[in-house]
Amino acid sequence: MTSPATPQDRRQAPQAGLLSFYESPIPIRPATLGDAIASEWTKLRSVRATVWTLGVMVALMLTLGVGTALLLAANDTNLAGEPSLAMGFFGVLLGSICVITLGVLTIGSEYSTGMIRTTLTACPSRVRVLAAKAIVFFSLTFVITTVTATVVAVLQTLILDSPVAPSGGEWARATVGVGLYLAGLGLLSLGVGAIVRHSAGAITIMIGVVLLPLVLALFMFAEDLRGLQRFLIEYSIPNQLSALYGTTMTNSGPSAWEPLLVMLGLVAVALGGAVALLNRRDV
Amino acid sequence: MIEAVGLTKRYGAKTAVDDLSFQVRPGAVTGFLGPNGSGKSTTMRMILGLDRPTAGHVTIGGHPYRSLPNAPRQVGALLDAKGVHGGRTARNHLLSLAQLAGIPAARVDEVLGVVGLQDVAKRRSSGFSLGMGQRLGIAAALLGDPQVLLFDEPVNGLDPEGIHWVRNLMKSLAAEGRTVFVSSHLMSEMALTADHLIVIGRGRLLSDMSVTDFISANSADFARVRVPEDGPEDRQKLTATLIEAGGQVLSEPGGALRVTGLPLPRISDLAHGCDVRLWELSPHQASLEEAYMRLTQGLVDYRSTDDAKAGLVEPPPLDAYGHPVGGRAEVPAEPVEVPQEGWYAPPPPGPRPAPAPPAPSPAAEPSPAAEPSSAAPAGEQTSKDLR
Repeated sequence: MTSPATPQDRRQAPQAGLLSFYESPIPIRPATLGDAIASEWTKLRSVRATVWTLGVMVALMLTLGVGTALLLAANDTNLAGEPSLAMGFFGVLLGSICVITLGVLTIGSEYSTGMIRTTLTACPSRVRVLAAKAIVFFSLTFVITTVTATVVAVLQTLILDSPVAPSGGEWARATVGVGLYLAGLGLLSLGVGAIVRHSAGAITIMIGVVLLPLVLALFMFAEDLRGLQRFLIEYSIPNQLSALYGTTMTNSGPSAWEPLLVMLGLVAVALGGAVALLNRRDV
Repeated sequence: MIEAVGLTKRYGAKTAVDDLSFQVRPGAVTGFLGPNGSGKSTTMRMILGLDRPTAGHVTIGGHPYRSLPNAPRQVGALLDAKGVHGGRTARNHLLSLAQLAGIPAARVDEVLGVVGLQDVAKRRSSGFSLGMGQRLGIAAALLGDPQVLLFDEPVNGLDPEGIHWVRNLMKSLAAEGRTVFVSSHLMSEMALTADHLIVIGRGRLLSDMSVTDFISANSADFARVRVPEDGPEDRQKLTATLIEAGGQVLSEPGGALRVTGLPLPRISDLAHGCDVRLWELSPHQASLEEAYMRLTQGLVDYRSTDDAKAGLVEPPPLDAYGHPVGGRAEVPAEPVEVPQEGWYAPPPPGPRPAPAPPAPSPAAEPSPAAEPSSAAPAGEQTSKDLR
């Protein structure tokens, strides 16, 4: 057994810093948000959940979007002024569940496996970890959703051969707008996942958030509740999503790019809450 | 250098860590010992800024962990819980950690080699055995080539070769001038690895001293003396003589006497002087395991009870010392005092197996099976000289 005193006595003199009894030969540079983003990208691409959820989403969007258009074309239905891009809506609505799942799992799987302790030991800044996760997840989802939505929109216009060509704004909303909205919904799920710290619970909550307003509104028959019913319908996530396609269930409520602003507000609240909680809570 | 000052953590009414103050110095392996649930892991988590202390603070090199510049390059940690996503390969797991800390990716393959996982680097860690998972955790701790290393139960699940490797790894890390802080509940393991010991029980500091001091303070040499079983009065006579001569005499379960403070020849002379035959007179050293258990006795949260099978057999009526109740008249002068509840190995050690003594009464001789069963594994360690 070595005497505990010897090595430190020998090394005490030359170094000045408190921690400098051992100097690593590997150059030390401060870690940045960029490093955290690289790390989160490695994490996201190296688990099967990413491929599965995004793969299912792309498959749903493509089959439902193209399938609806083909059905309409086969039946020779008159669209009666409906925007021809709107047929992509059903695929996106179902695909949103995949985005929710992946968003929750991005942080939830860290909690369920205990990986979060390793992560936060390697990077004590909670804000940086959450920001890196949000950036990586948002970028990936946005790119994949936008590309798929664009493919679906192009195929639909080709199949349906609508007399009225969609405007540039309609094109942008049905592709980039939908991509942003879905990626935003994923970020909201990520925030909820960080707050709840339980994958199954967070996914259930998010599916509730998507579906419950519409379901509740369906059963509001009383006259006094008309206002609330209208609000629930207009601000329900499916209705806002279809507003991006130019079709809504009511005539008022968010339209054009407004749903994105609503989603942005929700995401800000959820992620802000998640950061505050992560900083305060024990891991 | 890790410094804890008045560290306290409460979960509701339960106090996991209670006013703990200690320092962990560089250049030595510091063992952190305590029974299960004594607050070791909680303390480790507080050092790493994962849990917030209810009171007090802990710093590494003068900074709290969360405000440490380049934390992963200063401190590496293997935590008790695995902390690995099972769906990720070992290499990707380490790569993500390296990237997070701004460590070159080439370092990942280096540490994989150090822990001997290079052949399974491309396999998902969910298929890893406990020992392989432990190696992966050690690799993650070594990734940043840090000055301070924390290991929570590093030898859990490792094979003997792995245990040997971890032992040497810690010693060599400390010899390089690093601070190495290792928690364990195995005293025997720490006795071989650590230079310094911090012992806690129920979250309180019990001992903070070097291993050498710990041994001299806690494990006194003693002699085991056994007199023929048929002469209880001989036993009393000898006890009285030994106490008179300045020795301390404790009674062990099984009828032997544990004598401290008298050299063996003197005991023999005294026995001869008072005309008592001896069946055994053997030198012993209390192991570190014993010293540790004596220290933490009463602070153990989870203790097994005797598997008495009470409803199935008629146990012989024994008192707490393993003697039949009322079977032998005890003289008050005799210091019948058991220092531990039963971590002595029931049969005395030595080359000569104790001959079956003629029992004074059918119920008088406690069979080894009647010894507290909870102590059996520890008892086996008793007579081994660990150092």
